[in-house]
Amino acid sequence: MTSVLVFLDHPAASLAKSERELLSLAASLGDVVVALADEAGQAYLDGIGSYGVQRYYRPDDAAVSDVLVAGKAAFLAEAVRASGAGIVLLGNSYESKEIAARSGVKLDSGVITDVVALDGDLTATKSDFAGSYTVHCRVTTGVAILTVKPNSVEAVEAGPPSSPEAVRVAVELPRAAARITGRVEKPVSGRPELTEARVIVAGGRGVDGDFGPLEDLADALGGAVGASRAATDAGWIEHSAQIGQTGKTVSPQLYISVGISGAIQQKAGMQTSKVIVAVNKDADSPIFEIADFGIVGDLTTVLPQATEEIRKRGL
Amino acid sequence: MDEATASGLRIAVLVKHVPDAQFDRHISGDDLTTVRSESILSELDEYALEAALQLVEAHGGAAAGHRVTAITMGPAAAVNAVKKSLQIGADDGVHLTDDALTGSDASATSRALAALLQHAGPFDLVLTGMASTDGETSLVPAQLAERLDLPQVTFAASLELTPGDGGWTLAARRDSDTYAETIEAPLPALVSVTDQINDPRYPNFKGIMAAKKKQIQVLSLQDIGLQADEVGFAGSWTTVEAAAPRPPRSQGIVITDEGDAGIRLVDFLAGQKLL
Repeated sequence: MTSVLVFLDHPAASLAKSERELLSLAASLGDVVVALADEAGQAYLDGIGSYGVQRYYRPDDAAVSDVLVAGKAAFLAEAVRASGAGIVLLGNSYESKEIAARSGVKLDSGVITDVVALDGDLTATKSDFAGSYTVHCRVTTGVAILTVKPNSVEAVEAGPPSSPEAVRVAVELPRAAARITGRVEKPVSGRPELTEARVIVAGGRGVDGDFGPLEDLADALGGAVGASRAATDAGWIEHSAQIGQTGKTVSPQLYISVGISGAIQQKAGMQTSKVIVAVNKDADSPIFEIADFGIVGDLTTVLPQATEEIRKRGL
Repeated sequence: MDEATASGLRIAVLVKHVPDAQFDRHISGDDLTTVRSESILSELDEYALEAALQLVEAHGGAAAGHRVTAITMGPAAAVNAVKKSLQIGADDGVHLTDDALTGSDASATSRALAALLQHAGPFDLVLTGMASTDGETSLVPAQLAERLDLPQVTFAASLELTPGDGGWTLAARRDSDTYAETIEAPLPALVSVTDQINDPRYPNFKGIMAAKKKQIQVLSLQDIGLQADEVGFAGSWTTVEAAAPRPPRSQGIVITDEGDAGIRLVDFLAGQKLL
């Protein structure tokens, strides 16, 4: 049976949803082993054990994480060699994609990013041009290295938990590398990550400076707040909230677009959302051409009313 | 790439001619490649070019022997990305063009660019955008760093160079969702920059006139020592089997708020089982 190696970066206290999805996808393809670049706690290890993982790989030198990308890529390549894995799965963060990129060169292997579905013969499905094309592609050389977008597969635990055993692999760090000299953790908002959120409430130019009503609605729905480039450029919300071409790609169940006109590149960025709701004052906005439910109205009355109604229904 | 010196910085900026995201973009033909009409200099590459120009200007400019070279690969029209870069302020350009390059995936592209940089260099610094706005894989900068054995700093939101006895050192800041990091690396190095690093300048009349006198070196695969089967479809490690435009979303219900639109929105969400 094919061995599938899942690379997990930055282990937290427990497994994140996207990590559970990766392990579930791996379990559907073969025997799962894990590569952990950083130290993980017992709860996290028990978590991966509940997906049938018997073995996980760790670098013999903790310094791999002090070096930007190159160290983890070297570790991943060694873990692939040590495990004999034929498939490698990673998350879809920028850093994971780069680790995939560099280990691909080390292993003479093709890399496919932004995968949203994978069938048994390893044909990967992804979107191109910000969701306006669906593309099927395959790795033709070497080990199949794939980075998978969150919310692409259902997380299903594999069965009886096991206590996975650690296997150390020797890693040769690059001669000249970029070193991380300082790291400050950012304050946590309490809202889900944009890339993982099931619901996104996103605002554009029409929000006119106040994201308060959008934040309230997002909180009532357990969602994340996003923004168009116009809104982040105006300084109304931090840049990390930006969705689209130069920001984050998202594909939530529900995308509520508020005060966004729907110019072509904005529309492209939300096309893979399952359901699109649009609120805009301008009845001629192109956004209404693609919305499942459109409201021509003032966001400062429509949004608070919806938020209150959700709370009233006790949902 | 290992002849870095503390004077005379040579910076390579990778620029790409990509379909304009303001218009509908298409994949077509039997070979499933991107249609490149309506193409422009990739917006994200403008930040890399601006970063290069600012670094050079901060350290004495061309008078101090520094040089910014715009580099691209692709069909004849790809040279437009280099021409635009020269108008904005790059000193010279290099264009790798060869029919065999068609269909290159990230692995083949990075192989070609690595050979091109080695041929046209040495460079102290290779600057790129955070991703191309067409392929959007963001694999190429990391693969280039791997192939050239360069320290890699990606998604830099700030960038400074300091000369020293042992050569130049760069310092950068980058922000992920969970961390803000400071990074240090010796030159030569490869850096990709985000759209937060600066405000790119526009070409002015003087720049447009000056660009006409600047040199663009045109190279073929043979010039950089690569065989046709090392790039393009033959040299790629992945293949596209099918590409279909996403079916257009059909218009749903549009209502005008008559005082109860918020409630009707909640009814709609409940009906879709989204609450």
